[in-house]
Amino acid sequence: MVYLTRKAEFSASHYYHNPEFTPEENRRVFGKCNNPNGHGHNYTLEVTVKGDVDARSGFVVDLKQLKEIMNREVLDAMDHRFLNKEVPEFFTHIPTTENLSIAIWQRLATKLEKAHLHRVRVYETPDLFVDFYGEQ
Amino acid sequence: MKAYLTRRYLFSASHRLHSDRMSAEENRATYGKCNNPHGHGHNYTLEITVSGPVDQRTGMVCNLVHLDGFVERDLLARYDRENLNVLPEFMATVPTTENLCVELFKKVQRGFHHAHLERVRLEETMLNSFEYRGGNEDHRIW
Repeated sequence: MVYLTRKAEFSASHYYHNPEFTPEENRRVFGKCNNPNGHGHNYTLEVTVKGDVDARSGFVVDLKQLKEIMNREVLDAMDHRFLNKEVPEFFTHIPTTENLSIAIWQRLATKLEKAHLHRVRVYETPDLFVDFYGEQ
Repeated sequence: MKAYLTRRYLFSASHRLHSDRMSAEENRATYGKCNNPHGHGHNYTLEITVSGPVDQRTGMVCNLVHLDGFVERDLLARYDRENLNVLPEFMATVPTTENLCVELFKKVQRGFHHAHLERVRLEETMLNSFEYRGGNEDHRIW
């Protein structure tokens, strides 16, 4: 079994707000991130897939295909977007880095063929990142 | 849905590697330049990984305000700009980055209860890093 990781970068804005909370609760729980006008990050995405090395190609996965899937499923949908307003998952879920890593996993998992998705890591800043392994 | 959240912090401290159980010559042979009696310093990078279910209401594993507050109060205030050798925890233990990493893990495990502690990773320089997961033999790759 070999693990392969591909990185991508995208920039997006978001804000944290739960409509079931009072305005005071929203400000207390989410602090500055509750600003309804949003704020942005340069995100770094790392997608790790695992699989056996194909004897004929020497590949775990065709990197070109992986790049195309990441571009289509994630970057086209999220790069230079306001996550709360333009990405359907975040109409109903708060676009925290946790939920972003889960949403990206769900977008990618069904699209990969030979290789299995192992980990989605999303860096919100160089000092903060979330890993999701598809665990319930 | 279970997710793993990692946060990085910086602190600077000095130390000297010297074991009272070794002769002066053995200390020099084992620790080399790190045995310099005057000590030397590092910019440490502390990486803390916690895990847990993502709270449906907040979208979070734990509120970063709580983690940052704990680390600032209980770890950085204690270790930043300090000489590790004068601290009680390193009176009888050599302040190698291995031992510092284990000490930090224990302090987080004892004092932080908003999420499950998975691991502590400590970078001594850009070229050296150490990890401790509480002795749990987990073969997950990170």
